[in-house]
Amino acid sequence: MSDVKEFETRPADDSKAESPLAWSLHEQKSLPHASNPGVILSEKPFLGHLILRGGAIVMDEAVREVMGMALPARPLALVSDDSGERSIQWLSPDEWLVIVPGGEEFALEQKLRQSLGQSHFSIVNVGGGQTVLSLKGKASRDVLMKSISYDVHEEVFPVGKGVSTVFAKATVILRRPEEDGWELVIRRSFADYCYRWLLDAAKEYGVSVTR
Amino acid sequence: MFYIFCPYCKEHREEEEFHPRGQAHLMRPEDPENTSDEEWGDYLFFRDNPRGIHHEMWVHSVGCRKFFNITRNTVTYEILETYPMGEQPTITAESEGVRLEQGAQVADGGWQTVGARPENKALNEEASS
Ligand SMILES: [Zn+2]
Repeated sequence: MSDVKEFETRPADDSKAESPLAWSLHEQKSLPHASNPGVILSEKPFLGHLILRGGAIVMDEAVREVMGMALPARPLALVSDDSGERSIQWLSPDEWLVIVPGGEEFALEQKLRQSLGQSHFSIVNVGGGQTVLSLKGKASRDVLMKSISYDVHEEVFPVGKGVSTVFAKATVILRRPEEDGWELVIRRSFADYCYRWLLDAAKEYGVSVTR
Repeated sequence: MFYIFCPYCKEHREEEEFHPRGQAHLMRPEDPENTSDEEWGDYLFFRDNPRGIHHEMWVHSVGCRKFFNITRNTVTYEILETYPMGEQPTITAESEGVRLEQGAQVADGGWQTVGARPENKALNEEASS
């Protein structure tokens, strides 16, 4: 067991937490609602985000033991469990992003630390610094093509891929967990900017925001 | 669009995701305590500025955030290879010299400054004299 100090970042009482998009959504008196939206935008707030760093072999063992999932070893790979609620994404040869339902991350972190023991590794809870935006609808790809220089064509960007790239000059993680669904993992400080950019870019196709 | 191959992401990515970080393969003197001021100064401040093949360190700053090396021709701006940290280049000024001597075709399309074009060589020499 490592002697790193860990703590539960979620308040034990019912203190109100605000997602990175709280202000943007609050500012809009009513959420955009197109009758036949080409793009459906929604935030997936308050999920548990962990950054795992370490050697792929020890990390794979720990993740298999604790999460029952294999660590994606291939560059730019994204794997999800059957429910689609837990995912692990390759970020670099020794770095992965784990996203789990909100509230699970502290127990998961503790179990991983237990399993990794004295290996050389690091686990950081980054849930407070970023949020996930979900992009669905038939025009999602068109909106991404306007905003990202990375090629999002079917052949280059299949389901199960994720890249960290530039979105409208901001750094984002773009991932495709399902056939008709894209996710953007955005930084808290860029959240309002990215949200407004998406609304503007998606306007011509008709956009709805759901909560 | 200008693409660079990241040896860690294993694919070509847009140039705006990268940053150059200067000359590659700099070795820190192994025994700093017994290194002369001149050697230390060379290590800290002096860099090669070749006309031709140059080995540079770059970072995929928006992607995987890993450093890697690029062999680049400073005349044509052509990127000849990229390779991970800790590895040695397969193309060097010497090997490139041999390639040119043997009459191998050099990739074109890389000219980005007028002065770099061979047909303007005379023009350059005229201007500098
Ligand atoms: Zn990379």
